[in-house]
Amino acid sequence: MSDPKLEAKNIWKIFTPRKGEQVVAIENLSLTVNENEFVSIVGPSGCGKSTFLAMAAGLDYASSGSLTLGGSQIQGPGIDRGMVFQSYTLFPWLNVTENIRFALKKRYLSDTEQNRLVQQHIELVGLQGFEKLFPAQLSGGMRQRVAIARALVYKPDMLLMDEPFGALDAQTRMQMQELLLTVWQQHRITVLFITHDIDEAILLSDRVYVMTARPGKINAEIQIDIPRPRTAEVELSPRFAELRRELFGVLRTKI
Amino acid sequence: MQPAQAPRRQSLLELRVEIPASIYIGSGVALIAALLFVWWLVTALGFVPPLFLPAPAAVVKELFNQISDGALWLDVKASVYRIMVGWVISTLLALPVGILMGNFKFFEGLFEPFIDLFRYMPAVAFVPLTILWMGVGDSQKFSILFIGTFFQQVLMIMDNVKNVQIDLIQISYTFGLSKWEVLRYVVLRAALPGIWDTFRITLGWAWTYLVVAELVAANVGLGYRIMRAQRFLQTDTIILGIIVIGVLGLITDYAFKFSYRLFFPWVEGKRG
Repeated sequence: MSDPKLEAKNIWKIFTPRKGEQVVAIENLSLTVNENEFVSIVGPSGCGKSTFLAMAAGLDYASSGSLTLGGSQIQGPGIDRGMVFQSYTLFPWLNVTENIRFALKKRYLSDTEQNRLVQQHIELVGLQGFEKLFPAQLSGGMRQRVAIARALVYKPDMLLMDEPFGALDAQTRMQMQELLLTVWQQHRITVLFITHDIDEAILLSDRVYVMTARPGKINAEIQIDIPRPRTAEVELSPRFAELRRELFGVLRTKI
Repeated sequence: MQPAQAPRRQSLLELRVEIPASIYIGSGVALIAALLFVWWLVTALGFVPPLFLPAPAAVVKELFNQISDGALWLDVKASVYRIMVGWVISTLLALPVGILMGNFKFFEGLFEPFIDLFRYMPAVAFVPLTILWMGVGDSQKFSILFIGTFFQQVLMIMDNVKNVQIDLIQISYTFGLSKWEVLRYVVLRAALPGIWDTFRITLGWAWTYLVVAELVAANVGLGYRIMRAQRFLQTDTIILGIIVIGVLGLITDYAFKFSYRLFFPWVEGKRG
């Protein structure tokens, strides 16, 4: 197995409110995400999984512990990581093309090169014909397609996704999961994916960490040995059902 | 086959339900027309003596008098000039201070107690002081407009800036932007429609303070005209002055609303 791309060692996150006792949000969390591996953290709301992702993005910091990307400490947000939030984070005053292009601001490429990359990523997420529309004119699924294209267009080393499909209806969510599978199978990239949906985690991931709440900590690590390329069809396979039972068991005993 | 069921009749009074534009606009026009009619009726039937409420015709006649002798134009010019200068000075200061307060807790902590203290002091109470300090010229009018507008405006602009979604700021950091770039390309851009609306609302308030400033010490202006008319019991002039201010306020309000739709067509969930 290759070297870990993202490595967390003994991460603690402790909140000290002005009044009352300290709250341990994350307790002694250690995990690794290898190069070009798709790893999910699944857990109930409030277990600290999103807080951990924010740390990986450099938008939050640990109370103690070490968090490295490609061997060096994460100091803050940077262009080496792409992020997709659950909430729609498109710039409402920019159309689809301009939104994706905005992410290239700090890559300092020629106009032709920018156009080529933007066009390529519009096609990657299937947004042809929607280039000139503004976010207010797009459905939730369409908006997340733009957000994914925008997070990939500047070629980050790693993709961080915080429940990106959590706000979508069941049918759109399934379409988006299949889209992400296809995109990822075509363009391998290291992914850390946060979700509370067990099925989603199994379908997409190579490996799943299970987190439980109060205090937030990792309770299990499960290898997803379903062969790739996968489609949503694998959710009907017996192996999927076994893994699902296993994950569910861990989550249920701890709540 | 069953006959097709008639569509359910939609009541005009459903919570938050759109109604036909003809009714929406028509009812607004009808209300004003009805008020004018009642005004005409009570004066025509002699219910109210003209000294207290002159007939609409008398006010219209006064309007033509003031247009022909040029008094109306001079008053409007003086008042619009004062309101523009006063409001622009206030806005030019409120913008940077409000933006700093909305973005940086330090500036919020620094300025908020001071601003909160001042905004509860009525601008009217500053009239004697400003006359003492600045005399009765235009600068005294500007200062009353400033005191009346600035302190509210700063807090509203601060809120406009704070309303920018934190996720929008965080995602911008992941594209490698520095905090100043995020401020310039994202926060200000996203806050602009709200700030534009603040402009519209505060300019409306500025009209009130204009009259306050002109009522006391002025020799030209719409507020001055109203004050002088009171001394000579010229009720028609008073009513004309009030209506002119109302109409001017309405025009600026609509100008801002119209330009809002022009500048920010991308804003979600706005009527029009």
